[in-house]
Amino acid sequence: MPKLTIDGMEVTVEPGTSIIQAAEQLGIEIPRFCYHDKLSVPANCRMCLVEVEKSPKPVASCAMPCAEDMKVHTNSPQAQKARKGVIEMLLINHPLDCPICDQGGECDLQDQTVAFGFDRSRYREEKRAVKDKDLGPLIKTTMTRCIHCTRCVRFGDEIAGIDEMGVLNRGEHLEIGTYVQQMVTSELSGNIIDICPVGALTSKPYEFTARPWELRKVESIDVSDAVGSNIRIDTRSGAVLRVLPRLHEGVNEEWISDKARFCIDGLKNQRLDRPYVRVNGKLEPASWNQAFAEITEKLANADGKKIGAVAGDLADCESMAALKDLLAAYGSKNLECRQDGAQFDVSQACGWRFNTTIAGIENADVILLVGTNPRHEAALVNARIRKTWLAKRIKIGVIGQQVDLNYPVKYLGAGPETLAELASGKGAFAEILSKAQNPMIIVGQGALSRDDGMEIHALVRAVAEKFNMVKEGWNGFNVLHTQASRVGALELGFVGGDLEKMLKGDVLYLLGADEIPVGSIGKDNFVIYQGHHGDAAAARADVILPGAAYTEKNATYVNVEGRAQQAKQAIFPPGEAREDWKIIRALSEAVGKTLPYDDIAQLRARMAKANPVFANIDTVQPAAWKPFGKDGKHDAAPFSLVISNFYMTDVISRASRVMEECTAAFLNGTKEKTGTHG
Amino acid sequence: MLDDKDRIFTNLYGWLGADLKSAQERGNWSGTKDILAKGRDWIIEEVKKSELRGRGGAGFPTGMKWSFMPKESKDGRPSYLVINADESEPGTCKDRDIIRHEPHTIIEGALIASFAMNSHACYIYIRGEFYHEAVALQKAIDEAYDAGLVGKNACGSGWEFDIYLHRGAGAYICGEETALLNSLEGKKGFPRNKPPFPAGAGLYACPTTVNNIETIAVVPEILRRGASWFAGIGNEKNRGTKVFCISGHVNNPCNVEEAMSIPLKELIEKHGGGVRGGWDNLLAVIPGGSSTRLLPKDLCETVLMDFDSLRAVNSSLGTAAVIVMDKSTDIVYAIARLARFYWHESCGQCTPCREGTGWMYRIMQRMVKGEANIEEIDMLLDIGSEIEGHTICAHGDASAWPIQGLIKHFRPEMERRILEYRKRIAA
Amino acid sequence: MAHAQKVKFEQPKEFKFSPENMKLVEHHIAKYPKGRQASAVMPLLDLVQKQHDNWIPEAAMQEIARLLDMPRIKVFEVATFYTMYNLAPKGKHHLQFCTTTPCWLAGSGEVVKACEKHLGIKLGETTPDNMFTITDVECLGACVNAPVIQRNGDDFYEDLTPENVIGVLDGLKSGKEVPKGSRTGRLTSLGVQGATCLTDIAKKTGNKVAGEGKK
Repeated sequence: MPKLTIDGMEVTVEPGTSIIQAAEQLGIEIPRFCYHDKLSVPANCRMCLVEVEKSPKPVASCAMPCAEDMKVHTNSPQAQKARKGVIEMLLINHPLDCPICDQGGECDLQDQTVAFGFDRSRYREEKRAVKDKDLGPLIKTTMTRCIHCTRCVRFGDEIAGIDEMGVLNRGEHLEIGTYVQQMVTSELSGNIIDICPVGALTSKPYEFTARPWELRKVESIDVSDAVGSNIRIDTRSGAVLRVLPRLHEGVNEEWISDKARFCIDGLKNQRLDRPYVRVNGKLEPASWNQAFAEITEKLANADGKKIGAVAGDLADCESMAALKDLLAAYGSKNLECRQDGAQFDVSQACGWRFNTTIAGIENADVILLVGTNPRHEAALVNARIRKTWLAKRIKIGVIGQQVDLNYPVKYLGAGPETLAELASGKGAFAEILSKAQNPMIIVGQGALSRDDGMEIHALVRAVAEKFNMVKEGWNGFNVLHTQASRVGALELGFVGGDLEKMLKGDVLYLLGADEIPVGSIGKDNFVIYQGHHGDAAAARADVILPGAAYTEKNATYVNVEGRAQQAKQAIFPPGEAREDWKIIRALSEAVGKTLPYDDIAQLRARMAKANPVFANIDTVQPAAWKPFGKDGKHDAAPFSLVISNFYMTDVISRASRVMEECTAAFLNGTKEKTGTHG
Repeated sequence: MLDDKDRIFTNLYGWLGADLKSAQERGNWSGTKDILAKGRDWIIEEVKKSELRGRGGAGFPTGMKWSFMPKESKDGRPSYLVINADESEPGTCKDRDIIRHEPHTIIEGALIASFAMNSHACYIYIRGEFYHEAVALQKAIDEAYDAGLVGKNACGSGWEFDIYLHRGAGAYICGEETALLNSLEGKKGFPRNKPPFPAGAGLYACPTTVNNIETIAVVPEILRRGASWFAGIGNEKNRGTKVFCISGHVNNPCNVEEAMSIPLKELIEKHGGGVRGGWDNLLAVIPGGSSTRLLPKDLCETVLMDFDSLRAVNSSLGTAAVIVMDKSTDIVYAIARLARFYWHESCGQCTPCREGTGWMYRIMQRMVKGEANIEEIDMLLDIGSEIEGHTICAHGDASAWPIQGLIKHFRPEMERRILEYRKRIAA
Repeated sequence: MAHAQKVKFEQPKEFKFSPENMKLVEHHIAKYPKGRQASAVMPLLDLVQKQHDNWIPEAAMQEIARLLDMPRIKVFEVATFYTMYNLAPKGKHHLQFCTTTPCWLAGSGEVVKACEKHLGIKLGETTPDNMFTITDVECLGACVNAPVIQRNGDDFYEDLTPENVIGVLDGLKSGKEVPKGSRTGRLTSLGVQGATCLTDIAKKTGNKVAGEGKK
């Protein structure tokens, strides 16, 4: 544990800590461009040079490990001169186009120039110009602004697994480029916009939209998958303008997927901004009172056993809890969150959670993927798997469809038979698993969304038990969900109803259940749709209650790990739309079955009492290991994949033009451009 | 002047054969097995005693460098010897002659050095432009394998030793040892941050020593004749013989092996055939390759050609490549052309060097014509100081030095051009 | 790099090493430890250039990436970093004139001018008959034999003058073997005036000794 002084302050650090990290521990921020604490250290920008006593030259603080008795000065004349020089050098070939640069106001180069640079330029020669690159519909490039910090290349190499970006040429002609003008395909590509310290890589959809000081920033949670990525929502004048990642080491580190970041234009399209009531077969605009009156009349005569409710993929926990209570008031337990028809045992939390936790992946030494493509289903879970592979070259096996993952895998087979074989201890991978210290299995919905889901559920449990995946201090059994609402619904017990019967019942309450098989709903079934987008389910409704999207309400979501997190309202819902739990509370009053909570705090207290998951926000409590699943025969059919288009998986992303463009560019477009293309 | 009997490279000019038989007649490969039999510690001790300093430019004591290598591998990582034959410093062409005419002393030196550092494999990185030299060296390596001098049981010593040749492809920066290692690993020649130093984590993250090819080539003779022989040549701390390159405005440009600490004037007069037009026609000398600061005539009168004497006059021995310029030389252009060299050869990873070398080159281009302001002369120095010492490797430093030398000794000439240019424009 | 002449050219769709070169590919890969095959990227790029008219097409970079199991971009990075790799076709004889200070002091400027005049092209250009491409290059490392030019990355022609360099050009154009090395008949880096040391060997091998008459 070396002890050193930085600017006269003493600090003791772990061996291997760099000076820049040690300074951070003391609250001293050393300026930097290339250094990023989640990436490797090239030490090429030279901005973080500091003076170290007895060293003849200033030292790159990002790359120099602390040593005993080191005396560091981060603001001495020597350090200041070095910094000033670096800023001057960076600026000579950097265009002074801040007024038309989207990075303006949140640009590291701009800030540090003001803080450390000269007040005028001494450069009289011609400036360099660099050709822009085509990185697709998400990332705008202005390569003349590039300062060659190589963060984007390292992010691609180390995090996203894009090995198509590199540093080409040399010297002054150095350029960030792709392989002969090829587009970059990654679910995480947008993060290079955040890490670019200048305006070389900016957001195309956000182009010329706002300046950072005009924005209101709200810390919230993403719902585009079940990871629960922590985000910051930037709004202006009641519109969401952009979404950025927020650091959470346990969940998304500091990255988010491109869908989480770029689907937000879908929040403005096809919105339900007022109630509707079906009159003579046609949906007509109505008032809240009219809508409630219609429902009251229908419910008054309904048989409780024939009332059902289905929660959709984006439903928040508060509204599900309230809806569950409302149905209970009618004596109905017809609740279901698995509109996709997934079949698995919902009796034990250990059977549906991602027990290892996302951060826990880094402790695994063998991973078995079953019926899943984590790249598309949970891009940040996949990033963790890749990170772990990169650090330890762990073995990864795949059962299911062969998919393009950005780490090497051993393909074992397509379906249940391979799984059964493995469970019996046969095959080379069984050997690998049996020798592993911390083996883990990740079961996707592709393995469970089928008629024999209960049996498969038992089979994957058998595999986990066979290879000792669950033991003291380690639970390697994981189910990967793709819907933000799913685990929350399971924790609330919003599950277990017979979907078939509900579809043919008297009253069906769809809480944002947009993926329900609309065609199977009985002709006479009275459908209440509560949600925010006018998608297929809303079109079938008899009454539409306009709800709020995730950016427009205070709401709880539980991620795959069983981690409850709270989204914060960033803007108001459009028009007459309201926060979802309030709609249900208001409806309960209208139908004369008033729910026993008047504000969200009371509702949350009730949730917390029912399930400690909701009492402990942002924590993961281990689920006890108990048997689940049903022994029996399984179908030999291979496992499927539940997501065919990463960019369009829910009502918001389906309504997003940007996601449509991505689909066209990355999925339907020519996959590889050759050198003859621009 | 060095006595002929003290010369190591008697075939520097290729007037004798470079083949194994001829090399053996000159004494190469004689008693190699016995040298190895004396053991690792003895070899390193002898090299230390000989006071041999690295011939690549920095002049680091070779024996000490070797002693940094782990005596045995505790974690299973092998050790490597990498020989730097990426000779690219303008003015320098000494290694070329050693490679094509004395390849066996290189291979023998490589075996001894590798043995001393517990390395079973050696890579020689030779600049790509030296195609025929690479062919010659490969031929010698093949001969050595065939004769059992290297290979499974090198020289019958029981030591397994493999030696490989790796050709570069045009990048001065690969002469920097860590850039060379990256290049050898199949990457761009970007110098690495230190620490870790190569002796801890070099080639393929294994302990590695990188030595200049001339350093390695003199080792067998040192061990054969004894450290005291080598240490008896030259001045204190600057010992042994050294191959000098004399180019530019001399009557007899040539390479020659001489004693360290030979006076520059003697070197030019005796071997270079004197300055074109006589000594008094001398303008300046760049004493140790393009990176070293030039010396005006008055300093050339007395300075000795060794590490410490040249440092005392604010220059450096570098690669001992003497570039002579007579009074007809456009000295500003001569240095501007070097500025272009450093701009062209910057790898580009560090900001100050990537941006600053081009800036200095462009100002220097204007300085040649006088199209500048007087203040820009000091600005050049200031830009140099923003680069120097602020980069991962010494390329940035080396780009600043020639310009510093020019300004220190020829500022009046630069000012004269600027004033003349103004007059011309005004007229 | 700085003087690239913009000429349109076709990229071949495919590149395969010849069977003889495939053996060399394996030979090069074998020089490096197992798992370190990326080290062979430079020798392989060189091999492509030798096989493919002195330039490296994109298809060849892809083939190298495949053979060495490395990302294509890493091959591309290497190919664009080093100046000896030609990523576009060159004339039959690619002549690179060293113009760095030691060669310039010895008259490389005049040698370049003489060639430009004789060929009717400027540095960075190719003759219409595709016979010559001339470019300037940084120090070739033969400074005591300056000025120097290099042909196709192999042969050096040394001790050039504006007069004798024309002989090199004409010789190459006529398809004759133009011997590499000094154009003045000088023995490698031995001074033109003769040996200044090792006079015994000089005499024995029939070489001039400085200060003495002709041999």
